[in-house]
Amino acid sequence: MRVLPIVMSLAASMAAGAPVDIKIWRHETDDSEMKSSAASVERFNRKQSQYRVVTETLPQGSYQQAVVAAAMTHKLPCVLDLDQPTVPNFAWAGHIQALAGPLRPAGADALIPGGRSTYKGNLYAVGQFDVALALFARKSVLEKHGVRMATLGQPYTAAEFRDILRKLKREGYAYPLDLNMQLNGEWLAYAFSPWLQSAGTDLIDRKTFTVVDGVLNSDAAVSVVDYFRSLFEERLASRKPLDDQSFPSGRAAFHYSGSWTARLYRQKFGDDLVALAPPAFGAQPRIGAGSWQWAVASSCPHPEGARMLLEHLISPQEIAAFADATGLMPTSEAAADSTMLYRKGAFGRTFFDAARALAVVRPETPGYPMISSAFERALKEAREGVDSAEALDRAVEAIQQDLRRNRNYGF
Amino acid sequence: MLGPALLLFAGFVLLPFLMSVAFSFTNVKLLQADPVEWVGLDNYTRMFALKVVKAPPAADEVETQIPSRQWRRLKRAQPQEFEGYQYLARVSMGERAYLIGARDPQFLRSVANTFLFAVLVVPMQTLLALAMALWVNRSFRGRVLLRTVFFSPVVTSMVVVAAIWGLLLHTDVGVVNQVLRALYGADAPQPDWLGDPHIAMLSIAFMSAWQGAGFQMLIFLSGLQGISIDQYEAADVMGASRWQKFIYITLPGLRRTLVFVLVSTTIMAFGLFTQVDVLTGGGPRDATSTVIFHAVRTGFREQDIAYGSAMTLVFFVFVLLLSLGQKKLMARVGR
Repeated sequence: MRVLPIVMSLAASMAAGAPVDIKIWRHETDDSEMKSSAASVERFNRKQSQYRVVTETLPQGSYQQAVVAAAMTHKLPCVLDLDQPTVPNFAWAGHIQALAGPLRPAGADALIPGGRSTYKGNLYAVGQFDVALALFARKSVLEKHGVRMATLGQPYTAAEFRDILRKLKREGYAYPLDLNMQLNGEWLAYAFSPWLQSAGTDLIDRKTFTVVDGVLNSDAAVSVVDYFRSLFEERLASRKPLDDQSFPSGRAAFHYSGSWTARLYRQKFGDDLVALAPPAFGAQPRIGAGSWQWAVASSCPHPEGARMLLEHLISPQEIAAFADATGLMPTSEAAADSTMLYRKGAFGRTFFDAARALAVVRPETPGYPMISSAFERALKEAREGVDSAEALDRAVEAIQQDLRRNRNYGF
Repeated sequence: MLGPALLLFAGFVLLPFLMSVAFSFTNVKLLQADPVEWVGLDNYTRMFALKVVKAPPAADEVETQIPSRQWRRLKRAQPQEFEGYQYLARVSMGERAYLIGARDPQFLRSVANTFLFAVLVVPMQTLLALAMALWVNRSFRGRVLLRTVFFSPVVTSMVVVAAIWGLLLHTDVGVVNQVLRALYGADAPQPDWLGDPHIAMLSIAFMSAWQGAGFQMLIFLSGLQGISIDQYEAADVMGASRWQKFIYITLPGLRRTLVFVLVSTTIMAFGLFTQVDVLTGGGPRDATSTVIFHAVRTGFREQDIAYGSAMTLVFFVFVLLLSLGQKKLMARVGR
């Protein structure tokens, strides 16, 4: 049935001769990203004459609500960008369609996992960029205090890292580690669920996507959260940092943050800056994956045009152009190799290699928003001194209640 | 003449109220994908449902220190039996000890916190307001300026006030702790004013009293105007001290004002939300979570609008009873 509208729209556009409009939505981010996206769309419009892409920009703060409201009233545009963890939710609700069959964009297989969103085995969205987590530090500072530099092959173990922090605290740092605790929302789940995965457990059992009890509150998870809690109890990290300047101002020796801060720190510290692998709680560290990606609405009248647009956006040239303009990490190797910041041997390559070797996408279930907020709350409670097991049990209870209420989201 | 006002009242007060009554008996979510179901009183039982079990002997050292681990062990052993209940508290009565679980422990803690806040803030705010009113009621140069200064926090947005106090009370760099360090040296106590569960609510109460007292000051001032000068002059003639004048003339003269201020401050105190939302987000350890805060978080942020509605209705009934009590009290005192 899906082929029919494609044929019809093709026929219509050929008959009229004028390009068909394809409406797309994009959330508003910083200037370089907006300009780069606009230039990319412009190149698409010039490259072919069948379709003309019209972009509408929406403010980021209320983007999620705007998309939900539009979906409820059947007013979604043809193509829109979505944050990766929310994609399964929209797929489950039927608002976006699977990029399968004639709709599958060529080149999707070349993307790293952080550039793709799947739900129940189907591809639903593709992205031009991703971010990676890293432990930022300065060579000179580490040398001065006799701390070894962690590598991808030999990361700090969790215990070793805590000993390093204790040593740094004794040697004068009030809070040697900055964990971005002034941030709320998705940061906590994005940054610290990889610690669970590194320890061999997870937010939810990914085989069934229906079991949380015994996973999120397993002994391994409790000990990870105990560790997290101890960082604040021993005042190795601040519960409530005043600002985000701890690391650049030299107040903190380590900053656990995303690759998005690399640009600013490189400007300040140059080659003194190093991006180390996060600590390992098990065999190897893990980092999060998945950022803003492009999806096609179920109501899109011109799916063929949407596919062509997605293919254009995830072509190595376009990904590279976006990465060069914004500094964000490209999602394919071919693209990475042709950028200044991410080609082999360049500073950003660490992020790209880490993303390929260590990245785990957040659980691809429509229930993710609830999982994320419950886990966030558990971490905040632990940070304030609540028993880790109690905090995690509470999160498990909340998630399971949500799963029950939504009949396991169709799993 | 009443038309437009009634229309607005119906649209913005009556209709939402009736809707929340209806919502509270269903499982409606803020964004509803499935059909809405009637759930009866489930939202109400969820608020108050308790489960009490005898505490088993502690299995190890950890359990004696953290009683919630005992609850955890029991729940692990009989998941069906404990389904839906979370650990709330451990109570020991003599030899026997009990573990109490609740379906929504945070709601019960929020109720307790709301009362605690009222108990803390009402005397503080009333005394502060009375003191300020007595001060600016005397005639001296600059009293108009002082009155303006005292009143200015009231007209400042609560969000702004809270954000500024958040900086003042910051444990590492806040002015309050810096003053402590300056006075008592490097070993001075450095409390985490908003991060310590034992004092966070006290900090919020103090800040709220400071912010709101200017309004009650005005009410006291108008009350003070109502006391006849003759009484004070007569007292002067009889050689009464200042303290005696305050106890035997001012206080009795302010009796009705005082009752009004006490009751209205109490009702306002029960609606605590903004300061908590800005400063602590309900933490640490739920120590500052209030009924309204919990309802907003559940209803809007977690999209469970049915349960949020049920909580606000319970709160509404409570405040209604409180103000009926006020009317009775006023009538009796006024006689």
